[in-house]
Amino acid sequence: MTLLSLRGIRKSFGAVDVLHGVDLSVAAGEVVGLVGDNGAGKSTLMKTITGIYRADTGSIEFDGKDILALDPGQRRRLGIEMIYQDLSLAKQQDVASNIFLGREPTKKLLGLVPGFVDKSEMDRQASKMIERLGAHLPSINRSVGSFSGGQQQTVAIARALTFNPKLVIMDEPTAALAVREVQSVLDLIRRLKSEGIAVILISHRLNDVLSVTDRIVVLRHGRADADLVTANTNMNEVVSRIVGGGDTAAAAAHEQRG
Amino acid sequence: MASEQPGFWARVQRASVERLHIRLESLVVLLALSTAMALLSPYFLSLSNFLNILLATSTIGVLAIAATFVIGSGGLDLSLGSVMGLAGVAGAFVAVNLGWPSVLAVIACILAGAIAGYINGQLVTRAFVPAFIVTLGMLGLARGLALVISKGRAIYGLPPEIVYIGQGRPFGVPMPVIIFVLTAIVAHAVLAYTRFGRHTLALGDSEGAARAAGIRVEHHRRIIYTLSGALAGLAGLLFTARVNAGDPTAGINYELTAITAAIIGGTNLFGGRASILGTMIGALIMGVLQNGLTLLAVQSYYQQMAIGAVLILAVFIDQYQVRKESRV
Repeated sequence: MTLLSLRGIRKSFGAVDVLHGVDLSVAAGEVVGLVGDNGAGKSTLMKTITGIYRADTGSIEFDGKDILALDPGQRRRLGIEMIYQDLSLAKQQDVASNIFLGREPTKKLLGLVPGFVDKSEMDRQASKMIERLGAHLPSINRSVGSFSGGQQQTVAIARALTFNPKLVIMDEPTAALAVREVQSVLDLIRRLKSEGIAVILISHRLNDVLSVTDRIVVLRHGRADADLVTANTNMNEVVSRIVGGGDTAAAAAHEQRG
Repeated sequence: MASEQPGFWARVQRASVERLHIRLESLVVLLALSTAMALLSPYFLSLSNFLNILLATSTIGVLAIAATFVIGSGGLDLSLGSVMGLAGVAGAFVAVNLGWPSVLAVIACILAGAIAGYINGQLVTRAFVPAFIVTLGMLGLARGLALVISKGRAIYGLPPEIVYIGQGRPFGVPMPVIIFVLTAIVAHAVLAYTRFGRHTLALGDSEGAARAAGIRVEHHRRIIYTLSGALAGLAGLLFTARVNAGDPTAGINYELTAITAAIIGGTNLFGGRASILGTMIGALIMGVLQNGLTLLAVQSYYQQMAIGAVLILAVFIDQYQVRKESRV
């Protein structure tokens, strides 16, 4: 069943055309790798899915609904979450504030005045989520800016998973992590898949992409240049599609070692 | 030594920030300053002088609340003092020159402020002119308009209902103090405990994170600038009612004191951290300083210098601590 379907997505910033009509579809519970050189338009494409950018033309359907006109908050409520490369955390706020940002549960003050944020409920659920991810944070009441990179990433992941998403987009989730942390992110992706959650993984680490994805889509010059089934492809083919043919054996060998 | 257990003082500091939303240092400064003034002047420690300080602080305090919201959201409003002056003149014009009912004059004050703030918000979010420039321009515009409306002279002869807002003393407590404290309580609840307040700080912390979280960033900024203007309008009403005149030169340099109070209170100059409770302590520090210097018969010119110096010192200490914390 198709969960997400993009048709002919175009996006330009002033005179710079970034996306020239991208088609992409993702099925429920499918893990799709999105690869391509720097500047191929990967992040821009993802931001047109989350609604941070509005596509100039084209159509986006999610779960059978046309979502092109929806803003980021509305798309999130439909179940689209993204873990950004820069994590997009509010670093002076604490863990629960980040996880629930924009979706804070409220209660009535003294049972009378509505609209007050239910902080204890937020803290409780945030602790539960962090625990479920098997992570350890020094304190849930500290500002996230005081945490290590891996701990901050845990918060960003927890934020993406707390509201039962249907699609999670991860932009270079392993780029800044230590080896052991990389493995736990890959394990997490497998677990999401087993729970029927679709994942789009953007990564330069082709080994990671080849090991967890079902399909690999190569973005090149603002187009979906290749759509490869992971089981039927290899490092050589992916690299050659990214750089666009030519002698790629050396580059592939380098990636294999990397 | 990241693994070292934080000391007792560090833990108390952290708890005060997390639970009460205030920086303990500002409270210590307020107590030290008050003690010093009490020792230096026999008139300082008395109920009537305490009410005097609160009365003198009420106008600045309301402006400081506005400054806290705007700076906490990563913005800046330099037009607070001028908008306050404009609002006072607008209210006096409606009551005296037009002879309309006092209720409409009160509404005119707050509405004039809100409109000026709304224009600030529109320009910041739609025209992409930096807040510093927009509000600096509004500082000139609002002051000029106040002088135009009043023809450069204070408007006298306000109706008694308005004067009561400034000079009335139910149960011995001046009306401006009552209005100021109520405003502060509501503002504190809004900033610390509502979604609007949390989004305000998240926005000042990281606009990208707020946008990604689905917060309508520009819309939120426009509301904050409008709110800031409306609060400046309220400050204008309090001042006008207290001095019983719509003075077009009211509020000159008040933004300096208001912003200083907010920063002393622990508001991060670049947004993301702010509390009204902290700002109130900051406003009281400014009030005690001015009151004490007046009791000690120090010329007001020196008071102006003291405020400027305190602002720079407060930002210096804040930045010093931020750098120290980021080194851990």
